[in-house]
Amino acid sequence: MSEKDIILKVEDIEVKYGDFLAISDLSMEVERGKITTIIGANGAGKSTLLDTIMGLNKPTKGKIYMEGKDITKMKTNAIVRTGIGMAPEGSLVFEGMSVKENLLMGSYVPESRKKRAELFERVYSLFPVLKEKEKQAATFLSGGQRQMLAIARALMADPKIVICDEISLGLAPVIINDIFDKVKDINKEFGTTFIIVDQEVQRSVDNSDYSFVMVKGNIVMEGEPSKLDIDEVKDAFFGMNKYA
Amino acid sequence: MQVLLQCVVSGILLGGLYAIIGIGLSIVFGIMKLTNIAHGTLMILSSFFIMVIVNNFIPNVFLAILVAIVLMVIVAFLFQKFLVNAVIDKGDEPALLVTFGVSICVQNILEIFFASNPQSLSATNKFAGGNIIETKLFSVPGSYFIDFVVAVIVIVALSIIMKRTDIGRAIRATSDNKRAAELMGVNTKVMFVVTMGIAMATATIAGYLVGSTFVFYSYSGSGYLIIAFGVVVIGGMGSLFGTLIGGILLGLVQLLGANFFGTGWQALTGYVFMLIILAVLPNGILGSGKRS
Ligand SMILES: Nc1ncnc2c1ncn2[C@@H]1O[C@H](COP(=O)(O)OP(=O)(O)OP(=O)(O)O)[C@@H](O)[C@H]1O
Ligand SMILES: [Mg+2]
Repeated sequence: MSEKDIILKVEDIEVKYGDFLAISDLSMEVERGKITTIIGANGAGKSTLLDTIMGLNKPTKGKIYMEGKDITKMKTNAIVRTGIGMAPEGSLVFEGMSVKENLLMGSYVPESRKKRAELFERVYSLFPVLKEKEKQAATFLSGGQRQMLAIARALMADPKIVICDEISLGLAPVIINDIFDKVKDINKEFGTTFIIVDQEVQRSVDNSDYSFVMVKGNIVMEGEPSKLDIDEVKDAFFGMNKYA
Repeated sequence: MQVLLQCVVSGILLGGLYAIIGIGLSIVFGIMKLTNIAHGTLMILSSFFIMVIVNNFIPNVFLAILVAIVLMVIVAFLFQKFLVNAVIDKGDEPALLVTFGVSICVQNILEIFFASNPQSLSATNKFAGGNIIETKLFSVPGSYFIDFVVAVIVIVALSIIMKRTDIGRAIRATSDNKRAAELMGVNTKVMFVVTMGIAMATATIAGYLVGSTFVFYSYSGSGYLIIAFGVVVIGGMGSLFGTLIGGILLGLVQLLGANFFGTGWQALTGYVFMLIILAVLPNGILGSGKRS
């Protein structure tokens, strides 16, 4: 195999909430054009890691690079402009705005504004229900529809990397599979890199090109699905054996 | 009957003026949850700006207003960027105190330059003084009429900006969910500055209308702050058309109160009405429910 093309690099970061050490000495490399999943139990620090990449938390140590550029100290809105979009945990749609306005906000960044028509077509064909509900206020969407809106909104920026925290939260299993299929479609068609957090271990591994396993603010295991021992991953996830 | 009809007509028109006085306070609260105590005084500052510019530099009142708007947007920029934004993440009280302090400073500066003498811009408004419509039943005072028309134009223009432009949507998104707005690439602190700029631009227009309709003093700001509060309490914080409705209701209630109970009661009936609305509809008539 040739040299890996690393799009995002996290180097020895430490993140604290007050005195609480949520992440310590964590490093990871995300390969361009791949679907990467992050696996870990509740409280392992997955959201903390993703929020830190987005600049929503600031690390007390370490560096984060996007395409070789140091983004550690940049503000969230500037990090977004480097080409990273996020569908955050709990979707965080704009409640008082219509579905269409939410999507328009998704392409707020000037470069994506120019491609709006095309991007609308793309997300509406991925999530036809959003087209149906276009004029409705987001606050009236169901949990699953909100999640779809959050993902679609992130895609509206036409980002190089899409980060989805808790992608399956509140979604029915058939819909989750459907969404993963869509993620793969986008990934194939446009080469978009995905970083996804999903609670389901098996599904996370099956749908990814590469996975990281987190325990208590650290990455304890990583690899391609074929090289990961699923029982070992589950031990880590449930805090058993040597991961207790 | 005639008197009553006149009250209603004047009340509605006066309401337009009240609405435009309240708009800036309303959007600043709606977008950044900041109660800008300096709103009234800054509006009066703009009346003084226009007066000085018209009397000394630019006799054309439209140009003078434009220059005053530019000056007030600069004031807004300095006020928001260096004072309010510095404390806005630290809870409500510090920001409230900052605006209170600015209000006192500006008022004192105005008093140094202009003492407490009555001032007026009515000479610059050719509609002021006369009636624009006169019938047997009622008449329409020119200055009130202009106040109302301008208020409606400003409100319609603002709502178009808020609904149809990227910057308007970004402002609304910032108020809806700041974290999510940042994740869309919106610089939310810049949006706060833009919002204050818009608020002060509308306050300048209000400052001209107030100054050409009534006499004003360096200390008039606090009285207009209370009117602005009344308007947004009645209409609902952050709702543009609510502001218009709030202004009209406040204008109507005040003039009807003056009609039935005597002129001394004009302000008081307005406040009582405001308290009743506050008790019955805490979010105002068109106000959005509580926000997170
Ligand atoms: N704002 C905060 N203040 C204090 N502690 C926090 C905060 N956010 C998270 N934590 C703590 O940091 C740790 C990691 O939390 P995080 O939300 O990153 O976990 P997670 O892996 O995303 O969990 P989940 O699967 O439940 O979403 C937890 O112990 C949590 O209690
Ligand atoms: Mg989480």
